[in-house]
Amino acid sequence: MRTDLRFPTLTRRRAALGAGAALAAPGIAAWPLPAARAQQPAAQGGGAAGAVINIETARTNPIPIAIPDMAGATPDAQRIGRDIARVIQNNLRNSGLFRPIEREAFIQTPEAAAATPRFQDWRVIGAQALTTGRVEAAGERLRVEFRLWDVLPEQQLQGTAFTAPLQNWRRIAHLISDVIYERLLGEKGYFDTRVVYVSETGPRDRRTRRLAIMDQDGENHRFLTDGAFAALTPRFHPNSDRVAFMAYQARGEPRVVLLDLGTGRTEVLGSFPGMTLSPRFSPDGRSVVLSAARGGVANIYVVDLASRRERQLTSGGALDVSPCYSPDGTQIVFNSDRGGDQQLYVMDADGGNVRRISFGRGRYATPVWSPRGDLIAFTRFGTGSFAIGVMRPDGSGERILSEGWAMEGPTFAPNGRVLMFYRETPARDARGTGYSARLASIDIAGFNERQIMTPTDATDPAWSPLLS
Amino acid sequence: MNAKLMTALAAAALLTACADDQSQTVSAGAGGAAPGQIRPGSQEDLVANVGDRVFFDFDRSNIRPDQRPVLERQAAWLQRYPEVQVTIEGHADERGTREYNLALGQRRANAARDVLVAQGVSGARIQTISYGKDRPAALGSNEEAWAQNRRAVTVVR
Repeated sequence: MRTDLRFPTLTRRRAALGAGAALAAPGIAAWPLPAARAQQPAAQGGGAAGAVINIETARTNPIPIAIPDMAGATPDAQRIGRDIARVIQNNLRNSGLFRPIEREAFIQTPEAAAATPRFQDWRVIGAQALTTGRVEAAGERLRVEFRLWDVLPEQQLQGTAFTAPLQNWRRIAHLISDVIYERLLGEKGYFDTRVVYVSETGPRDRRTRRLAIMDQDGENHRFLTDGAFAALTPRFHPNSDRVAFMAYQARGEPRVVLLDLGTGRTEVLGSFPGMTLSPRFSPDGRSVVLSAARGGVANIYVVDLASRRERQLTSGGALDVSPCYSPDGTQIVFNSDRGGDQQLYVMDADGGNVRRISFGRGRYATPVWSPRGDLIAFTRFGTGSFAIGVMRPDGSGERILSEGWAMEGPTFAPNGRVLMFYRETPARDARGTGYSARLASIDIAGFNERQIMTPTDATDPAWSPLLS
Repeated sequence: MNAKLMTALAAAALLTACADDQSQTVSAGAGGAAPGQIRPGSQEDLVANVGDRVFFDFDRSNIRPDQRPVLERQAAWLQRYPEVQVTIEGHADERGTREYNLALGQRRANAARDVLVAQGVSGARIQTISYGKDRPAALGSNEEAWAQNRRAVTVVR
């Protein structure tokens, strides 16, 4: 056996979905399947027994996984089974932590594997994990049985059945991807999520800026605003059912607006006399922290959503913008030029105990706190190029992940392991030819940078929490 | 050859279209339109005979000494046409981040406003708005374009 095909142990981990989990999605239900057949674990092969797979090890050695098409009794079911497998393959491959094995290498047919996996056939092509599944499509209802196998000890790691309306088949594929990620890596995934962003079209001096929303893999794209007014910097509510953003209305200065994704209704937040910008929901979803600009200064306020009471957190003559809560809600990181140029500061959630955390070369902006609490991502610029980086909340351990002519606006995946941001390409001439703005994602270790496909130029991405 | 000519004409039409948009009007220079074609107290008057915009240094919002005369002329002009109301639009170049540049544009518009008010123009006649880096006047990605884009533009309402 070649050394790079040695299989470290897949840690025994708790099932990713509890019994009869009611998922926060229209009509999707999931419950555990009993093990397909009881069997004795096979003897450990290879030499890496005891090594545990986690995200760190998977970055250097992506997990080889076989994801054959799901079986189905009818052509419709087979087509859906193939599509679901493709979505799962793409999700896992794009994470950089898995290596889906090409279908051409498969020996056992998907139908046979769905009945009883012949582990030798999967072991010999280097698969460490295997998924099998079966799709039943009856009218508008979909039932998907999914199993995840540890190939070497020939054990079922997870079995889950999903039912859902037919049009939600992508959600099921994303849920399964998250189950695989969690069972094999020991952390929550981020595939059953969406991204809201600003779609930009038209010449650069007169751009149309519309809010758009899509699944994290770019599918199910739709526009949320029609372009009649410019929309900037959307951010999700922790329940993913509302978005706060900045809107240029027909009259007056731009304001922070709340958009209800269910009803499409918008409302201006707060009664501030001037421009309001850079909103973020608090982790408990009960308030919005934002910046209010007036008379050449910008200060940070928090608006309680129930009482609409406004509380001022910073004061003075500086430009204080881009506030973002720590995931426990006790602190706020923000951007201020109070020291002369743009730097990052952290304060207690009541505005006290302000301290500067950025001290490297250049200027720092757009801080966002990781949902894990361990890192703050930022934009750094002013040294000729722009960069996206991370540092610990005390400012130590700064690492630059990506660098280029212009990039900004990082947003964390809900598991804190991936960042999305936008990257711009400069104009080549005085007419602006060649300028573009595109979304990109990158692992927080600084590898696997990928462009996210969008129908138009795209800026200001915001990653939703897990939808279920 | 025809295709080439068409492209050139299309480009010319595009430039004309830009110049017609009042918020994109090129800064006042010598040789404006002939007198008589311009209505006194209009945006065209402001552009041609006064100067509608002032420029700023990188990440700065103080009014440069070389830009102050433009605002002083604007103040005199506004006093000559007391019915005119204006909005000052603050802008930034593309070498910054969106949210901060929105605040910076607001601060620049406010700095220009303060000069007009100090010169005796009623603050009630002046609104401000910031577009940050999102509405450049010059579309290139170079220092020359950025200098054109760090600006506060006075627009007749």
